[in-house]
Amino acid sequence: MNPDESFVEFQNVRHAFGENHLYEDLSLSVRRGETMTILGGSGSGKSVMLKLLIGLLRPDAGSIRFDGQELVTLSEQALLPVRRRISMLFQGGALFDSLTVGENVAYPINEHLRLSLAETKERVEAKLALVGLPGIAQQWPAQLSGGMRKRVAIARAIAADPDVLLYDEPTTGLDPISARRINELIMSIQRELHVTSLVVTHDMASAFMISDRMAMLSERRILTPLSCEDFRQSQEPAIYDFVTAMSLDLSARPHPQSPVRPGEEGPKK
Amino acid sequence: MADKAPAPFFLLDYAQRFFAVLGGISLLAWQTITGCFHRRFAFRELLYQVESIGNRSILIAVLTAIFSGMVMTVQFAVQMSRFGVKEYVSSVVSLSLVRELGPALTALMVGGRIGAGIAAELGSMRVTEQIDAIRAMGADPVRKLVVPRVLAATLVLPLLTILADVLGILGAMVAAHINSDVGMTLFLQSVLHSVSIEDFLHGLIKTVFFGFLLGVIACYKGLATSGGTAGVGRATTETVVITSLVTLGADFVLTNLLLGFGL
Repeated sequence: MNPDESFVEFQNVRHAFGENHLYEDLSLSVRRGETMTILGGSGSGKSVMLKLLIGLLRPDAGSIRFDGQELVTLSEQALLPVRRRISMLFQGGALFDSLTVGENVAYPINEHLRLSLAETKERVEAKLALVGLPGIAQQWPAQLSGGMRKRVAIARAIAADPDVLLYDEPTTGLDPISARRINELIMSIQRELHVTSLVVTHDMASAFMISDRMAMLSERRILTPLSCEDFRQSQEPAIYDFVTAMSLDLSARPHPQSPVRPGEEGPKK
Repeated sequence: MADKAPAPFFLLDYAQRFFAVLGGISLLAWQTITGCFHRRFAFRELLYQVESIGNRSILIAVLTAIFSGMVMTVQFAVQMSRFGVKEYVSSVVSLSLVRELGPALTALMVGGRIGAGIAAELGSMRVTEQIDAIRAMGADPVRKLVVPRVLAATLVLPLLTILADVLGILGAMVAAHINSDVGMTLFLQSVLHSVSIEDFLHGLIKTVFFGFLLGVIACYKGLATSGGTAGVGRATTETVVITSLVTLGADFVLTNLLLGFGL
């Protein structure tokens, strides 16, 4: 198989919520085995891309392909095998409050794999150990910290051994140490399970740490994906502003060609 | 100040939203019925819901019925004396309880509690993306969440109504004895003479429909929640109001239908 061949592909996708036009002619190609990070401002519609890919939403127009198969025209029933191969980590974790940690992690196993109780239990323990949380299967989500809930959600996402992992803002709301732990977990999952990952975030530090390529969602389109170093050096106004905003240099100014937003004119000379 | 849109546009907009909700509830009702026959039926979840909905509603159903029976006895004893037919109090009270007040009051009191609980739970799941997570993992939220809850409400309401009928009649018996010095044995004999199996069926059939309707409406409102925690609060309140009104309306329709069938 050609390593540069598209494994996940968005082509000319258009989508709107009422009068709010999120995407106009959005295109992106993700290769098998790579970690692609999508960056963009808050409210730009990054998370919607992931929901379109996994079929929770349908685009108004355009094509979304996974491993050569068109997804947009599939029925809910026909999406079942796709959802076995593509798994998602939701922003808040979305753990089921009425189930224990072990029952949460076992959920996709029970849906997709026909395992015995003993095999399921063994697999649950293995996945929890992989995310650094062995022995907590009997605890309830409400008893866990935010970082632990995210890690349990990751364990649930990898429980049925998917081919593609979608991460929706994996480090949002976490302290720097917990965020680093999540980033390291994402990278170790990448190494050990050889999955393709699509990460949506506005956390620049995390993006530089985990990504093979980075793409910017700007003006309802995806700008050309770049390597981390090219992204850091890019003079594209939208990317430049995003990267410099991460800098601790408080005197950093927006790119000269960036449109000035109301209230951000800065001090008069 | 901008002029408001003319009244007909408000009515059109309201009518459109009303029919959209009605369509959504009808579709969910159909999906629920077909979901009951799925090969992977969530039996354990059904048992959990029956315990959660039924067990915890017993007290409110029982207290409602006892007080209703007692109040009606006292009221009818006084009013029927004016017409010289006080001896029929036991028959009138027991028939009223079994055919109408037992089913309706149980559905209103317990249904409000059940409906609010279901809407709040599913609404919270909706705003925290747990419903999306269920779909993303290849499961059907209707089969997993809606079917057990609707089926539980449909099963539990008739059972609670039977309990309410019996305890309501016992409460009436005690009130008649204390208030009017009617012998308890005489009261019960009169009840057994007056109330037939058709009267019980009339009331119980209605509660099956009440349970199904309140379950579907509460699940629909929960799954359609938006707007964060404020949205969950709105969905819960609206569920109680809507299920109460629908119960009253359905009661009228079903009463006429069942009477037409001789029940």
